[in-house]
Amino acid sequence: MLDTALMISLTLIVLAMSMNVYRLAIGPDIPDRLLALDTLYVNSIALIVMLGLWLNTKTYFEAAILIAMLGFVSTMAICRYLLRGDIIE
Amino acid sequence: MRALGRYLPTPTLSLVLLVVWLLMVRSLAPGQLLLGAFLAVGIPLLTQRFWEPLPQVKHPIKLAWFVLVVLFDIVKANVQVSLLILLPKREPHPGFIEYPLQVKDRLAITLLANTITMTPGTVSTNIRLDGSSLLIHALDMSDEQALIREIHERYERPLKEIFEC
Amino acid sequence: MTFYVIVEGVIAFLLIAGGVFAFTGSLGMLQFKDFFMRLHGPTKGTTLGIGCILIASMLYFTVTQRELHVQELLITLFLFITAPVTGHMLAKTGLHMHLRFFTGTRGSVPEFRDEDVGQSRVARPARAKHPWKHRKAKRSRLRR
Repeated sequence: MLDTALMISLTLIVLAMSMNVYRLAIGPDIPDRLLALDTLYVNSIALIVMLGLWLNTKTYFEAAILIAMLGFVSTMAICRYLLRGDIIE
Repeated sequence: MRALGRYLPTPTLSLVLLVVWLLMVRSLAPGQLLLGAFLAVGIPLLTQRFWEPLPQVKHPIKLAWFVLVVLFDIVKANVQVSLLILLPKREPHPGFIEYPLQVKDRLAITLLANTITMTPGTVSTNIRLDGSSLLIHALDMSDEQALIREIHERYERPLKEIFEC
Repeated sequence: MTFYVIVEGVIAFLLIAGGVFAFTGSLGMLQFKDFFMRLHGPTKGTTLGIGCILIASMLYFTVTQRELHVQELLITLFLFITAPVTGHMLAKTGLHMHLRFFTGTRGSVPEFRDEDVGQSRVARPARAKHPWKHRKAKRSRLRR
């Protein structure tokens, strides 16, 4: 049961990521692309956590937390750059 | 006692940092305890220049109830938005609303804005720096006044009671 | 044994729910017509989806290894705190760059004051209570 659920969930996440990549490619404006990139980060966290479930190991947890933090900080930095033309004043 | 207050300006934050460190390393070894205590004392000392004085939580029980309500609303919001995305019966009517703020405290305003973003069909988009109003984008809006009233009744009044501001 | 069957069912349900929520979040980002509507999918759907998957992982490791695993809860909390902030900043960026709206949008954007985008500097943090008094005095003199 768990294997089937994992396969369905992985398929859905991979579909979601491919849609993000599509939006990243066509997005008409910069904020659209930024939003797509941020969602891609969040989805990749899910992918890594499910890889950990699949292989029954907790090694990938650190990678997930690292991606969460870096994704947030980089999105904030680009937003601030677009808003104020400067990141740290 | 005064020396303790000087080196431990925010005891709650220190405690949270220590617990988070112990959870991260998943052990209770003396070395990890020592390192965690060092971080719990050092990080607040290094960052306290950035902190504003935080308001006191006056009613912890109401805060817990508020958190439960918000969690329930998050799930409800997700089901609504998912249905709107997957089975669009009609075109959604988006709209911008300017929501007049009544809470004055900055932490309460931040909590309110985050709550609004996480709950049914609304995203807070901009806040006046003088704290007078919040600009909200609603995904599917039929009645502007009803939405403002609902946000006020459901989220802003509990926050006002919790922080008494 | 029934305990394990129930827990397995709960984990499977959480996994599939998480996948569906993340999928609808991304689908909303793909199909809506303007940027502000696209913002709704990722801020709500994807965040809750990832939360579900992380909690499923937490349950799985707690039950199979018979000890408490709560690190995933840290990521979940982190995501739930940061997602609204990201959404707010992205929306602000969109307003600042004068993106086009979907023509059916009701209400109007009030004029953007200068201080809202932060042309004025961010307010200075409160005066620090530094443990080392002499250094504090020297610093405040330098700053003036």
